[in-house]
Amino acid sequence: MTRPETPDRTRFGLLMVFVMLLTIPALTGGDSFARPRSLATSEILSSPTDLAMVPVLPPAVCTVQAADVPEDGGGLISVTWEVPEDTPGTEFITAFEILRYAPGETPAPVGDVPPTDRAFEDGSAEDGTTYQYIVRSVSPSGFTDSEPSGPAVASAQWFARGRFPVLLVTLFFCTAVLFFVQRAKGGAELFIRKIPGLEAVDDAVGRATEMGRPVLFVPGIETVSEVGTLAALTILGHVARRVATHGTRLLVPVADPIVMTTAQEIVRAAYAEAGQLDAYDPGSVAYLTYDQFGYTAGVDGIMVRERPEAVFLLGTFYAESLILAETGHAIGAIQIAGTKETSQLPFFVAACDYTLIGEELFAASSYLSREPVMLGSLKGQDLTKMTIVYVIVLGFVVGTVGALFFPGGNSFFSRAFDALYSWFG
Amino acid sequence: MKRTVPLLITFLTGFFLIVSFFVPHEPFGQLEQRLLVWFAIVSGFAMLLGVDSLFRAHLKRIIRAREGRWHSLALLLSLVVTLAVGIIGFAKFGSPFHMQSPFMFVYTYGIIPLQATMFALLAFYIASASYRAFRARNTVATLLLVSAVIVMLGRVPIGAAISQFFPVAQEWIMDVPQLAAKRGIQIGAALGAVSMSLRILLGIERSYLS
Repeated sequence: MTRPETPDRTRFGLLMVFVMLLTIPALTGGDSFARPRSLATSEILSSPTDLAMVPVLPPAVCTVQAADVPEDGGGLISVTWEVPEDTPGTEFITAFEILRYAPGETPAPVGDVPPTDRAFEDGSAEDGTTYQYIVRSVSPSGFTDSEPSGPAVASAQWFARGRFPVLLVTLFFCTAVLFFVQRAKGGAELFIRKIPGLEAVDDAVGRATEMGRPVLFVPGIETVSEVGTLAALTILGHVARRVATHGTRLLVPVADPIVMTTAQEIVRAAYAEAGQLDAYDPGSVAYLTYDQFGYTAGVDGIMVRERPEAVFLLGTFYAESLILAETGHAIGAIQIAGTKETSQLPFFVAACDYTLIGEELFAASSYLSREPVMLGSLKGQDLTKMTIVYVIVLGFVVGTVGALFFPGGNSFFSRAFDALYSWFG
Repeated sequence: MKRTVPLLITFLTGFFLIVSFFVPHEPFGQLEQRLLVWFAIVSGFAMLLGVDSLFRAHLKRIIRAREGRWHSLALLLSLVVTLAVGIIGFAKFGSPFHMQSPFMFVYTYGIIPLQATMFALLAFYIASASYRAFRARNTVATLLLVSAVIVMLGRVPIGAAISQFFPVAQEWIMDVPQLAAKRGIQIGAALGAVSMSLRILLGIERSYLS
């Protein structure tokens, strides 16, 4: 396996100077990073002189509408309103108070929102009761009530109709996976392309064994409820079996206690499967800390002290990804990384020998196990992905043809594009 | 039996959670929130397991006088001191998170600067990783280098001062090729995650059960 060359110090220093020169104007000027700050009403009304300028009463809001929140479990009514533009006194409104009443009741407040808001969700409504709402504009000099909204009744729905396309795609996907799983069970040959990162797993463990140095497996910083962590744990099982067979040391520092217990069980089972249960060290899977950078410092420390030959960075990573990967690179370890976080992938690509990109991480357990049933699920996934690609291409063609050759928005192409967009957009 | 019960629990939990995504009506609508509360409770207790593991590992290192025992001692002392100041803060102010509490002092002047220090290291690591990634070894690497230079120049004021081409070009690179690639990866990853979840729900994927 080839390894990147050591950086030339002079050129590296020049690059650092260049990067610093680029960032100095931004840091000193501050304009690029400073967010424009809007003044709150309390700041505008900071002096008695200002208060004297406030009109007698704030303007009333208009177009108050109340409606049941669609596709919910009930008990929710949304209230919206508008503020008349260019009305004197609008700038002095400090809050909107929302009042609610049922027939025969007096209006009572149910909540308030800042003056920038134009909507409120009442979560205390009872299903089946008719309510009307009044929006009160509040300013330091008093308040003004709006006209009451129309009647609204909260209700629960049995099916979220807006999620029907998701249901359709889910059913298609499940059917595709089950179809290919059945085909695989029937003995059909399924071709799966080579994934270099996964092919290198056994080589990396073998090399660590030859060098007499440990294998470090980092399963990310998320909890076990994160699917990326689960994917990492399935790969851990495979790596632990190899490690147990070769008699290499395995180090698994974790950031979550539940991941720790799960990983301990997986590693113990792998050693048992390899007939090396006596060699299993419960301390090999160790909890460090839940704190992101505390964990990073801990793993970096393990890398520098133990100098593992093979480093696996698989799971969910955030800002710590490059710190870990660069430390691994600095100690000269073979690094295999993988995450579904697109923002962290470039760091792994730059610093690691092999990177599992997105779906490859989730395909790893199927790929490594080579069980036909598992491979069948990968084929089903590929079919769904191809279908999505076809839908995207179809949308692109229909939308482009409609915009270029039939402008106006009423053509078949425009309507077809709108339908596709509303379904899958 | 040892495997069947966990598989059944996994399948039923997953199935009802999928149903709750499409059925907002009670009893399904709030199911996810309820299960998240359960998960938080289990996680809270599991934290004790983590602390126990940490304590045992470092205590063993100190007792057996292994290399790095002084680091272990510092870690255990920090753990005990943080716990103690938390209890003192609770006893004195009613909450360890009160701004006058000694726990908040430790947090503000100990933990936050340490976290910031680790995060700050990222700047240097980005520089060294960029240096390797941007070497023009072949056509693809050269393309990467050129794009990176345009994006970097386009995002700082000096780029716009040199030419208006840089801000416009960097915006195009980020909005078109970069976003297209990112979305492709995201769609693949999302389908991979769903596929894996399905394998777990159907009991095809069992390696996590050991």
